[in-house]
Amino acid sequence: MLNNKLAALLNWVDERFPLTATWKTHLSEYYAPKNFNFWYFFGSLALLVLVMQIVTGIFLTMNYKPDANLAFASVEYIMRDVPWGWLIRYMHSTGSSMFFVVIYLHMFRAMLYGSYHNPRELLWILGMLIYLCLMAEAFFGYLLPWGQMSFWGAQVIINLFDAIPLIGPDLALWIRGDYAVSDATLNRFFAYHVIAVPLVLLGLVVAHLIALHEVGSNNPDGIEIKKHKDPKTGIPLDGIPFHPYYTVKDMVGVVVFLFVFSVIVFFIPDMGGYFLEYNNFIPADFLKTPEHIAPLWYFTPYYSILRANTFNFLWVPAKLWGVMFMGLAVIIFFFLPWLDRSPVKSIRYRGPIYKTALTLFAISFIILGYLGTQPVNEIRTVVAQISTVIYFLFFILMPWYTKIDRTKPVPDRVT
Amino acid sequence: MTDNNQVNRGRRRFLIATTTAVGGVATVASAVPFVVSMMPSQRALAGGAPVEVDIGKIESGAKFDVEWQGKVVWIVNRTKEMLDTLPTLRDRLVDPDSDVPQQPTYCKNLTRSIKPQYFIVVGICTHLGCSPTFRKEKGAPDLGADWPGGFFCPCHGSRFDIAGRAFKGFPAPTNLVAPPHKYLSDSKIVIGEDTKGA
Repeated sequence: MLNNKLAALLNWVDERFPLTATWKTHLSEYYAPKNFNFWYFFGSLALLVLVMQIVTGIFLTMNYKPDANLAFASVEYIMRDVPWGWLIRYMHSTGSSMFFVVIYLHMFRAMLYGSYHNPRELLWILGMLIYLCLMAEAFFGYLLPWGQMSFWGAQVIINLFDAIPLIGPDLALWIRGDYAVSDATLNRFFAYHVIAVPLVLLGLVVAHLIALHEVGSNNPDGIEIKKHKDPKTGIPLDGIPFHPYYTVKDMVGVVVFLFVFSVIVFFIPDMGGYFLEYNNFIPADFLKTPEHIAPLWYFTPYYSILRANTFNFLWVPAKLWGVMFMGLAVIIFFFLPWLDRSPVKSIRYRGPIYKTALTLFAISFIILGYLGTQPVNEIRTVVAQISTVIYFLFFILMPWYTKIDRTKPVPDRVT
Repeated sequence: MTDNNQVNRGRRRFLIATTTAVGGVATVASAVPFVVSMMPSQRALAGGAPVEVDIGKIESGAKFDVEWQGKVVWIVNRTKEMLDTLPTLRDRLVDPDSDVPQQPTYCKNLTRSIKPQYFIVVGICTHLGCSPTFRKEKGAPDLGADWPGGFFCPCHGSRFDIAGRAFKGFPAPTNLVAPPHKYLSDSKIVIGEDTKGA
């Protein structure tokens, strides 16, 4: 009786909105390769963290005050006086770092298995745009607590724009809305952080998923499952419906992830200064730069690249080189689908050259990340310069070394 | 429109093109108020007013901080020993003669000041805007035996001498900015205003 009523209701909806059809296209009849491994957890985890950030963010705005005189105290108010405010805030601050952990692993997965190759170039580009939005979101959000690191971090990053010839100083003035980082800057960063960037981010995530479900997921073998379809049903032979098979698998990932997440939130929310920097527990003071300033860990590789540029070269000052190299270090990822000329996608069938190159790249990225958290000295600068060179050579030489690399034969079906 | 089968394609294209162009111009024009609303407000502009400072009480060799336009301005009462280092550093500096206009013309000299003793400068690194620390001790262990005393930026390691001139081989591309200022009396200055009324 009830079932009949529900079926009738669903039917009524389906005649007016493609509810069942959407469910089928994206879940119950979206066929994903059956050989996903643990690297494939991070896409769905990223979605989970996005939802958590939005929900905790909404509740934070209920008590936060985007005013240079009140912001710092309002965050402390959330931490001390708002019931469970500390939990909501620590979930949000831990969530931002975990977002980058998950996204970096998600991106590395794409590099391991060549997920940016034809026909997934647009999928990759949409993903990179999400990454850019995420960086913007993290940067704007970091000013809001109005601590010393919030203030000086924003000061340094906005001054990067100052280095652009001709329009630079006016552009920096326009971004700040004042001659220095001030209340006007805080107020507009709040607007960007809570509405402008999240709107764009959500749109891009939807586009990323639509593109993914159009071309189909890649897999650890880097072969197209759509090449072998059941002649009767037209379903890929190596595909399984995303729901229930991968929803259940992803749930296991979610449980493990939330376990780690909870440990951080309850026991080490500052992560020894890596997730919440000690200097940010001091209110912003424009008269005094902290002895040692560093961005949060997820920006430190790029920050190291910025600092590694200490030469004036070809009439261009070191500062502008630093800014250009830092920008290029992010933007260059967009070109990966065209830089990689290898006939195979997955690392499993690539030769020793690519494996070495990817390893060196990963190591240089981690070294740069570490150096970005440390104060500068001469040795560290030299190491950062060498790592920067390796970082860029990975991309610049890629069209050649991927072409001459010795590849293994790729199987016809997934293994 | 007398004959529905006879579409004037040329006219249709022209109408589409002109409508798009006019609509595009209108869209861009309507964005202007929004973009301009993000420039400094009248209140922020008014906040850039000049400040008066009594410099008589600054001890010899000490630095004093004042706020001007939301930025920190340093006033250093330099000793003779500090000033004596200035001519010896030429080869190590990016712009020893202050050719880049980072100062009012009346400060384009060896000491980068009106009176050699008092150095007035915006305390913001020309690299990326941190506030350098005042490191007056000669040959400080962390800065090397040849450190003449000056300013060191903790963020990216830029170095400046006691007249705010940038050292070569460090990230800061130019000397520190000297703000417009003038003396009202021997011990009183005003920052943000000079004799030209700027």
